[in-house]
Amino acid sequence: MDFSYSEEQQMLKESVGKFVQQQYDFESRNRIAASDAGYSEENWKLFAELGWLTVPFSEADGGFGDSAVDVMVMMEEFGKAMLVEPYLATAVLAGRLLAALGNEKQKAETLPSLMAGKLQLALAWAETGSRYNLANVRLSARSEGGDVILDGVKVNVPNGPNADKLLVTARENGAAADREGISVFLVDREADGVHVQDYVNIDGGRAAKVTFSEVRIPESARFGEAGGALTALEQVVDHATVAVCAQAVGALDALLQKTVEYSKTRKQFGVHIGSFQALQHRMADMFMECQLARSITVMAAMQLDSDESAAAKAAAVSAAKSRVGKAIRRVGQEAIQIHGGIGMTDELDVSHLFRQVTGLELLFGDADFHTGRFARLQAAGKKHD
Amino acid sequence: MNADFTPEDIAFREEVREFLQNEFPAELREKVDAGIRLSKDEIVRWQKILYEQGWAAPNWPVEFGGAGWTATQKHIFAMEMGLTGAPEPVPFGMKMVAPVLMAYGSEEQQQRFLPDILQSNVWWCQGYSEPNSGSDLASLKTSAVRDGDDYIVNGSKTWNTYGQYADWIFCLVRTDTTVKKQEGISFLLIDMKSPGVSHRPIVLMDGHIEVNEIFFDDVRVPAANLIGEQDKGWTYAKVLLTHERTNIALVPRSTRRLRALRRAAASLDDGYGGSMLDDPVFSHRLAELEIELKALEYTELRTLASLSVGKSPGPESSILKVVGTELAQRIDEMFVELAGYHSLPYLPEQFDEGFQGSPLEPGVPAGQGLIYLNDRKLSIFGGSNEIQRNIVSKAVLGL
Repeated sequence: MDFSYSEEQQMLKESVGKFVQQQYDFESRNRIAASDAGYSEENWKLFAELGWLTVPFSEADGGFGDSAVDVMVMMEEFGKAMLVEPYLATAVLAGRLLAALGNEKQKAETLPSLMAGKLQLALAWAETGSRYNLANVRLSARSEGGDVILDGVKVNVPNGPNADKLLVTARENGAAADREGISVFLVDREADGVHVQDYVNIDGGRAAKVTFSEVRIPESARFGEAGGALTALEQVVDHATVAVCAQAVGALDALLQKTVEYSKTRKQFGVHIGSFQALQHRMADMFMECQLARSITVMAAMQLDSDESAAAKAAAVSAAKSRVGKAIRRVGQEAIQIHGGIGMTDELDVSHLFRQVTGLELLFGDADFHTGRFARLQAAGKKHD
Repeated sequence: MNADFTPEDIAFREEVREFLQNEFPAELREKVDAGIRLSKDEIVRWQKILYEQGWAAPNWPVEFGGAGWTATQKHIFAMEMGLTGAPEPVPFGMKMVAPVLMAYGSEEQQQRFLPDILQSNVWWCQGYSEPNSGSDLASLKTSAVRDGDDYIVNGSKTWNTYGQYADWIFCLVRTDTTVKKQEGISFLLIDMKSPGVSHRPIVLMDGHIEVNEIFFDDVRVPAANLIGEQDKGWTYAKVLLTHERTNIALVPRSTRRLRALRRAAASLDDGYGGSMLDDPVFSHRLAELEIELKALEYTELRTLASLSVGKSPGPESSILKVVGTELAQRIDEMFVELAGYHSLPYLPEQFDEGFQGSPLEPGVPAGQGLIYLNDRKLSIFGGSNEIQRNIVSKAVLGL
């Protein structure tokens, strides 16, 4: 048994760690987040040069190896620094779905430019009534004269405002929540009928609501078989979910560390507030939460990289997101509470970390959703035993 | 034992309902229902309507223009106001400085300040906390040095809610540095227009400006603005803090929010063909909060009942503050869970009048993420919940 990082993973961690320490302090991050694009193109080019954009892709696709543990190593550092560059949206989410579903021609047209830092992507999957059920897709795709017409609305599209192309889940046939009938299409953001309403997300990044009104695209824009995209979508979202857990683990560690530091400097009643046992126990609990969140995230990442069944992997992912979701609540809220009023202010990084983890808590499903999914997967597994 | 309302109480409730139905302006009601923040002018407008009715100050004695209600009537009034969404008076004048003026102010001070508070002509803010004196309030350092007929005030105060609107501020200031920290504090009223007073807005994590830091730079304050005796301010301040903690249980607000939560849950999809109310986990959690609210409401009623036979609110108000604020925060969490991805847009301007361009669909509770962020303050302000638990353990349990 060995939980240490490989030499390559250690180098990756140091590479990302060095970048965020030297070039991504809180002020720089806020400046980037407040800029027009909401991320730094210069940083994005640097990520490409450093090879970071190849990490979530297989060697066959020209990538670094597509290891969930590698992605975890990076995302943790990103979470500590509250990175606003759309690494998750473009590479881990949309990029991996292109790689999973695309034919050789489609992949050749997209993945090299993505890995070179020249293509921004966004996955548009969620709808107002879908909640976290990936199979609940109402946005319709109908064939017409050799083309496909998309009609419907997507919400919570991370990186939507900056994406050159949108990867859209659409229903070709069947009822709203059927597992069959879902396809994925790649649509130019500038295409006629695509309306992107952008906004700042609670985590400081950019997101959008995207309306597709009679958007006409060629059949060749479909990635994968007609109506058969759900399984790939679920697996890609599972990988992205573990990446989100890792990002949260990094941010929670930062919250804990900043809270402990503050409690050693803030004086009330003539002593450091960290000397109060009532607060000591709560910080000890925060530490335990951070440890459990880290452990279960490592477990899920290792499962994803293993030869386990798809159902076992899915259960591991849901276990991780459920437990990390609970840790987010507890550690995040306690960090603000122990800081007191100053923790409520926009000028302190603690409030931004809290905002970030609050967004991560909901992304791809909250703790209740994933506990439920885990329970269903466990029950289904028992039947097969 | 009897928790029933008397026929008189029920008649009173009808009277309050009818009044709110007819007199709470429709345009304000629409804004409240849409989650739009009311402006200073709108809050004052409503307060003046209450004044005309004689209901502006339910907690004041009749001789000062109070409503002269029983504890039960006050409870009914607060509940009906909360259920309607009619704004409570801004507490700093009505609930905080006024009781201190009544108890310790000179007759001249009472006549000078109380009528303008009652009629909402003057907006007050609170000058208690300082950057280094939060939970440990008595360690405050803002100094007031006597100079002829004036005090010269220097220092800064923080977390001044709506200080940007305030005409006057009541302050705890240090007038003696040589004695025990609680003994050298005085209670001073300061005109915000005095030369040397300035303020800096503090942006909170929901992007909203509701608190400020206030700076005093050689501010001359007439000694006539001192309440009671010099160096006795801590005694007066403690009275004020007890008043601050009444109505802190947020029962009317939580009742309104939980009803809205249940309604919204019934109309929003769970993603699998049912509503969120069909989701057993969600509906179980919602029920738990409704039960908690019941327990809180009856705790508040028991506290009120003891008040109506002449006791003053003591450490019980600490219980109401802790349970009430933590319940309100859990309701916020449920709203965030219910709204899901719709909680995520960070649009501080969505609570402003005339905001267009919400990325949300109609029917989805808006802005819940921001409300969740903002309400983390509830367990921090007005004496943090840690301080309240200290009070309970010391004053109630004798530990």
